Amino acid sequence: MLKRITPLLWLLFSTGGTVAAFFLPIHLLLTGLAFPLGWLEAPRYESLHRLLMHPVTRLYLFVLVSLPLFHWAHRFRYTLYDGLQLKHLTVLIAVLCYGTALAGTAVAAYLLWNIP
Amino acid sequence: MSADPHYTLYHPRWYRRRMSVWWWLHNRAYAFFVLREITSVFVAFTALLYLWQIRALIQGPQAYERFLARLKTPLFLTLDTVAFLFVLFHAITWFNLTPKAMVVRMGGTRVPDWAIIGVNYAAWIVLSGAVAFALLRG
Repeated sequence: MLKRITPLLWLLFSTGGTVAAFFLPIHLLLTGLAFPLGWLEAPRYESLHRLLMHPVTRLYLFVLVSLPLFHWAHRFRYTLYDGLQLKHLTVLIAVLCYGTALAGTAVAAYLLWNIP
Repeated sequence: MSADPHYTLYHPRWYRRRMSVWWWLHNRAYAFFVLREITSVFVAFTALLYLWQIRALIQGPQAYERFLARLKTPLFLTLDTVAFLFVLFHAITWFNLTPKAMVVRMGGTRVPDWAIIGVNYAAWIVLSGAVAFALLRG
């Protein structure tokens, strides 16, 4: 099973890595540093909520959360194998990593789908 | 190695020396490699931070205020600074590796590596600008 879907997992890894590389630095710079430190004024609730109402924003946010999580799952899985030499736990590690990514994706889909 | 080795047809008996878990600290290139691998943890952290923000926005203005206040705590400022550096490191190493993963040919000749990398950095700047514009416009 794991062998059969390996090409798909690599595809998710690389698209997720690309999405993460293009979009996460600016988001983290603004939301994590510029707004809390007062370099820039944080967007008001109303404007962000209005943005969130737009279907394109929701699709964007879904991709922004889901694909990088799969990128993490795949890379972290091999980090655990090579770094900590846990080759004998292959199945357990794979289930935990991809399971977490799937769970995050499900939560993102649920939240974004059910916005009133 | 596990106590029960899996023998395979052409490697009936493998002898492998035990390696330290810290094998990657002995060489700068290995340390760089492991550091790059670890960026994935901060990529996941950022994705979850966004999931949290989406939830706060859906719950209402008070939840959003709480979210903003939480981000101002030293814990999150530290986490976000470290995460930002790692995500930046991920982006730079990722773009620099693109020509190795993707060979582009135009008119029979191979597009040089610097051109592919350059297009990536240009797109990065444009996309970051678009995100900043969308967030700051309101």
